[in-house]
Amino acid sequence: MSEHISSVKLYITIWIALMVGTILTVMAARIDLGVFNPIVALAIASTKAVLVVLFFMHVKYTHEKLTKLVIVTAIFFFLILLALTMADYGTRLWT
Amino acid sequence: MHTSSTATVNHEAHDNPALLHYFATAEQQKDAASLGMWIFLITEIMFFGGMFCAYLVYRYWYFGDFAAGSSSLSLTLGTINTIVLIGSSLTVALAVRCAQVGKKKAIVVNLILTILLGLAFLGIKAKEYKDKFDEHHIPGQASFFLEGHIPRHPDIPVNQRHAQIYFSLYFALTGMHALHMIIGVGLFSFLTWKATQGTFGPGYYTPLENGGLYWHFVDIVWIYLFPLLYLIDRHP
Repeated sequence: MSEHISSVKLYITIWIALMVGTILTVMAARIDLGVFNPIVALAIASTKAVLVVLFFMHVKYTHEKLTKLVIVTAIFFFLILLALTMADYGTRLWT
Repeated sequence: MHTSSTATVNHEAHDNPALLHYFATAEQQKDAASLGMWIFLITEIMFFGGMFCAYLVYRYWYFGDFAAGSSSLSLTLGTINTIVLIGSSLTVALAVRCAQVGKKKAIVVNLILTILLGLAFLGIKAKEYKDKFDEHHIPGQASFFLEGHIPRHPDIPVNQRHAQIYFSLYFALTGMHALHMIIGVGLFSFLTWKATQGTFGPGYYTPLENGGLYWHFVDIVWIYLFPLLYLIDRHP
């Protein structure tokens, strides 16, 4: 089997990165960044999520392209849900 | 022709008792199980996605009241819980790795650590819920009252109905997440029991891998819930 086994060092590195991300997001929330506050918060959360998916969930090393296709498709449709919903609710008060 | 292919499959099945007869190789069987698990997780994304979408709409409409509600949560407990959950994801990843390299005792240790961290998360969550009950921040309560004003607008008091929408979404999202954690602890208790029997090793650890995928998914949901619920407009 062509199973990829990540090193303990890699897992610890990812864990440290996730911890740093958590502390960064709390610190960023305490600073007034205007409209960038939620953007920074979501950017940090998404970076953390990508690290978990790629390394803890082994998607980076999967040789099965179908798995990657399923994940990307799901995220794409989830973003359609959010984008079209907000396009509706965000413009209802337009005159 | 047919006889010979059956013989080949049976031969491999003899080598690996975990290989089911309708898969050609153990690798194909593992890929199928992994894809099935991912498709289940996709349905979970859609399930939580609907609630995230509702959250987004109401946050857009009632931002000030959401900020006031968010500031009533304990940032300390929320941060500790995030750290606890990230730690549990690490122990899950290490448990799977121990199976890959055949360290059977270390699998059990990592799984037990995962369960303990999961229970710690739920304990802290219970404390937060109790605080909300004590502070009368439960939507639908006759005595519901969120003190204060819209951040940076000392003249505008919190709209109590809009604040209740925030807390409805808070309890729906964190409650569903906590339910997933409870199911996860149950699942991992089963996996720990299986691991103590020496079920998992380099040749077969699919339940461990897929249980891990579930746990990491629940962790990712929290990674988004934490900034969205706890960190709205926290700056002075």
